[in-house]
Amino acid sequence: MLIKKAPDLTYKDVTPKGLYMGRRNFLFGIAATYGAVVGYKKLTRLLAGPATGSTPVKLTGVTKWPYSTTETETPIQDVTHYNNFYEFGTGKSDPADNSKNFTTTPWTISVEGEVAKRRKFTMDEIMKLAPLEERIYRHRCVEAWSIVVPWIGFPFSTIAKLVQPTPKAKYVAFESYYSVNQMPEGPSAGIELPYVEGLRLDEAMNPLTLLTVGMYDETLPNQDGAPVRMVIPWKYGFKSIKSIVRITFVKDQPPTTWNIANSHEYGFYSNVNPNVDHPRWSQATERRLGEFRRRPTLMFNGYGDQVASMYAGMDLKKYY
Amino acid sequence: MNSILTSKWTKVVVFLVCLIPFDVLLWRAFHNGLAGFPNNMDFGANPIEFITHATGDWTIRFLVITLAITPLRKILRLPQLIRFRRMLGLFAFFYAFLHFSTWIGLDHFFAWSEMWKDVLKRRFITAGFSAFVLMIPLALTSTAGMIRRLGGKRWQLLHRTIYASAILGVIHYYWLVKSDERKPLLYGSLVAILLAYRLGAWIYGRGRGATASHATRAEPSTAEGA
Repeated sequence: MLIKKAPDLTYKDVTPKGLYMGRRNFLFGIAATYGAVVGYKKLTRLLAGPATGSTPVKLTGVTKWPYSTTETETPIQDVTHYNNFYEFGTGKSDPADNSKNFTTTPWTISVEGEVAKRRKFTMDEIMKLAPLEERIYRHRCVEAWSIVVPWIGFPFSTIAKLVQPTPKAKYVAFESYYSVNQMPEGPSAGIELPYVEGLRLDEAMNPLTLLTVGMYDETLPNQDGAPVRMVIPWKYGFKSIKSIVRITFVKDQPPTTWNIANSHEYGFYSNVNPNVDHPRWSQATERRLGEFRRRPTLMFNGYGDQVASMYAGMDLKKYY
Repeated sequence: MNSILTSKWTKVVVFLVCLIPFDVLLWRAFHNGLAGFPNNMDFGANPIEFITHATGDWTIRFLVITLAITPLRKILRLPQLIRFRRMLGLFAFFYAFLHFSTWIGLDHFFAWSEMWKDVLKRRFITAGFSAFVLMIPLALTSTAGMIRRLGGKRWQLLHRTIYASAILGVIHYYWLVKSDERKPLLYGSLVAILLAYRLGAWIYGRGRGATASHATRAEPSTAEGA
């Protein structure tokens, strides 16, 4: 910047002392208000005392699924403190902090749409629909990190067989719980809520598709999608919708949250595929939490033998 | 106030304060390996991402602080604030350098060809990479000797490149977030306000220059005085 003298400033231009001090008070006021707001938030959190929401309980009578991966399980600390659950905030540690008071009892799932027997399931009923299995799956996030989790649940097909989809049912739509009271961070998530997801009927019926009620020997922690979520291990993590309240069998491909938010980056299928990059980053490698070096990402997250046939002849670059 | 601002100790204090984010990173790194340490005091589940985000955040913050010096010294009539500007700018470069090194060494483990492809292909990396590269000449010419050698005016002109780095830095941030755009928009508005101030001052100054005589030439311009 050029240095210029300011010859036109005279003594009468000097800001009156009162105004000058006023500005200082104004600046101080801004700082004080900011401090008060931040302090108030921290204080209310402290005063709220111990969490009143639902906490995980031990699950018994769980059998071990014989096809679990033998890879090292990710420590539960990481799986519960590194989450994408935008209803509770967009930072990775936000869900653990903000979901403490999330109440998940009572809970019902409504199953509707193109089915012979529409019905509502209470959580107690869900827990008894089928024997619970522990399945250790790889879980690959679209953001190129991954974890290995011992989920507990049973195949989603169990539900489908109970409600009997009609021949018109070609897709399954899922909807998450959403309430601004319980999820005050939701409105600033930048995505439309409630969160919705969908699968083609054959994908939903695939034996790997797990209706999940627990992990690490216990019921699901709030930040991991309590009390019931989907786990679809060959798709990017955001397809595995959390805290489900509604399942609808439908004729047409249902809208899905991330596809609504950014259709260019997140497709309906979103199968794990090292050869189809996210527009902003490569999907060829991933970082397993707890490991230093990136590792190569596997086609269909390593579940090709079980799922590749469903996509035979499909252009996976087009149907990303 | 002026005596505080001109004291050499103030500069030392500001220097140490600017190092706090780095100290916190070192502290967390040291405690990361200690079992049973509270989770919110280490790097969390994804240390490399944590370091990348922390150093990136501090880069854009220091860019904003550096750009705020000129408006603040004029509005607050504290010309002595200029003493801190180069140092603050160098801290912006310091954190940018850590951010860039984290990406190269920790995130991609020196996979040069992969990274170069990303620079060309991923627009948020293109923007961030350009912002960093543009800061290198500024860091190299930040010494008093370089100011003398270049001459105050040319030095000034060169160092306006920081405007481009700040804008590219904001774009880099805006393009990389998935959906929650509050932070990039906050830094974007701050940079916009600070640049708008300069544009306003320039237009105002030009209007004046046209009517005023060119009689008095400013005192020999040194970078510190500008």
